[in-house]
Amino acid sequence: MDETRPVPALQVAGVSHSFGRRKALDDVSLEVPQGRFVALLGPNGAGKTTLFSLVTRLYACRVGAVRIFGHDLSHAPSAALSELGVVFQNRTLDLDLTVRQNLAYHAALHGLAGRALTLRISELLALVGLAERGNDKVRTLSGGQARRVEIARALLHRPRLLLLDEATVGLDLASRRGIVALVRELVRETGLAVLWATHIFDEIEATDQVHVLHQGRIIAAGEAAALAAGSASLEAAFRALTEPDEDAAA
Amino acid sequence: MSGSPFAAPLRPLGARGYAICLSGIVWRELLRFVQQKERFLSALVRPLLWLFIFAAGFRSALGISIIPPYDTYVLYEVYVTPGLAVMIQLFNGMQSSLSMVYDREVGSMRVLLTSPFPRWWLLFSKLIAGVVVSLVQVYVFLAVAFLWGVEIPLYGYVLALPAFILSGFMLGAIGLVISSLVRQLENFASVMNFVIFPMFFASSALYPLWRVRDASEALYVACLINPFTHAVELARFALYGAFNPVACAVVAGTTLVFFALAVIAYDPGRGVMGLRGGPKGEAS
Ligand SMILES: Nc1ncnc2c1ncn2[C@@H]1O[C@H](COP(=O)(O)OP(=O)(O)O)[C@@H](O)[C@H]1O
Ligand SMILES: [Mg+2]
Repeated sequence: MDETRPVPALQVAGVSHSFGRRKALDDVSLEVPQGRFVALLGPNGAGKTTLFSLVTRLYACRVGAVRIFGHDLSHAPSAALSELGVVFQNRTLDLDLTVRQNLAYHAALHGLAGRALTLRISELLALVGLAERGNDKVRTLSGGQARRVEIARALLHRPRLLLLDEATVGLDLASRRGIVALVRELVRETGLAVLWATHIFDEIEATDQVHVLHQGRIIAAGEAAALAAGSASLEAAFRALTEPDEDAAA
Repeated sequence: MSGSPFAAPLRPLGARGYAICLSGIVWRELLRFVQQKERFLSALVRPLLWLFIFAAGFRSALGISIIPPYDTYVLYEVYVTPGLAVMIQLFNGMQSSLSMVYDREVGSMRVLLTSPFPRWWLLFSKLIAGVVVSLVQVYVFLAVAFLWGVEIPLYGYVLALPAFILSGFMLGAIGLVISSLVRQLENFASVMNFVIFPMFFASSALYPLWRVRDASEALYVACLINPFTHAVELARFALYGAFNPVACAVVAGTTLVFFALAVIAYDPGRGVMGLRGGPKGEAS
């Protein structure tokens, strides 16, 4: 490995995946450097969730490789998964358990318990602005609050890489902004690396690294500002890329 | 190796970590169980109904023959009690397998599988969790049966504990394998029809095997092959302080085979996750 360049937080190299005959991912490669916010932009059905399923080792990666802080997911899954926190697209909290019970369960899945954990949970709940809600059942939380709990949960074991799959889906505008701001602050303050999958152009800032996923392929990658250059907006640039009829294709 | 400015993640995957992981999974299962009072009640009502009905109506079914492990003539309700206790575990095993299917659909399976512990340990922990829940049910049932007059020697309750643990484990492992085959929740009706009922009725739970043999040789063979029979006999013998080595061997062997199958089924590279695409699986 190159000594001068730190190992990337996430490295996806030449990954393909099929469901039966349908190819959901086709030779996808991308990198999330340490401490950076990287966006994975793609419309519904582009393959974002499929990529997350591979990176979280729900399915085996048969073609290509996934490395998390240099740990190959197929060969060193335990070390790789220890570095990884995930917020899934679907809600995955136990609604009838309290916030703290949910967090404690997840911590146990990472081998964590005891007084240090109790403190860690309090610290994270404060961080996501839910210090008062620890003993409430998840059922009583709003959508945005539940998402915050999931973010806190994903950070319990101090991962250095956080994946979020459409974290703002189904939230109202204010909660959406709050979630985006929270995650960006984490990147800035704690040096967390983030892969942010979304289909919403507004959530991407000009200086973000963006990988554009369309029908299972990465069709463009680079800084958002550079991708949008020459078009009215990132969204217009995306339309130009995905609609071959207009001969603005890059 | 990494040039990161902050601490590496906590990575307590030693023996203590394994134990914490296991107890966390068991604790969640118990919490959920306590919250589902109807599930607990229906789990109890089913065998108790059998017990009460049989006690009233079928007393003479056993005739006067004395079979091991009993050393005297026993009432029919005494005979069926071990079988009904293991039936509770059968339902529980299938129900927790069902909750695996549910977990797959709602995605908490995704969360479970992001744990850095090996998959076999996560499945093992899930199984233990199911066993613990089933033991609570079994002993509450035995307590009610005791009040009803089904008196088992006190040491029997203790000696049967390992038997119930093993049978709970076996039925849970069978359930896990079934959960990997069942695609959707609605299929529980077929699990009932094709797994629970045949296993229960083609066994020694309701009738001693010699009686089954009188009725039909084929059914007798089916009962002998059925691991549920052996789970029932293991428990029945243990409740009276006796050890049934054949039953123990069959139950232990079946457990191992099905646990191995479950580990394969939940391996990301093979089995259900790899082939079906895991949660939210559409036709592939
Ligand atoms: N379990 C599955 N079985 C079959 N096809 C699937 C499965 N999951 C996703 N797909 C298909 O793969 C493609 C990518 O889906 P997905 O990764 O969910 O996209 P996104 O998350 O970007 O909306 C879609 O065409 C979808 O229908
Ligand atoms: Mg998706």
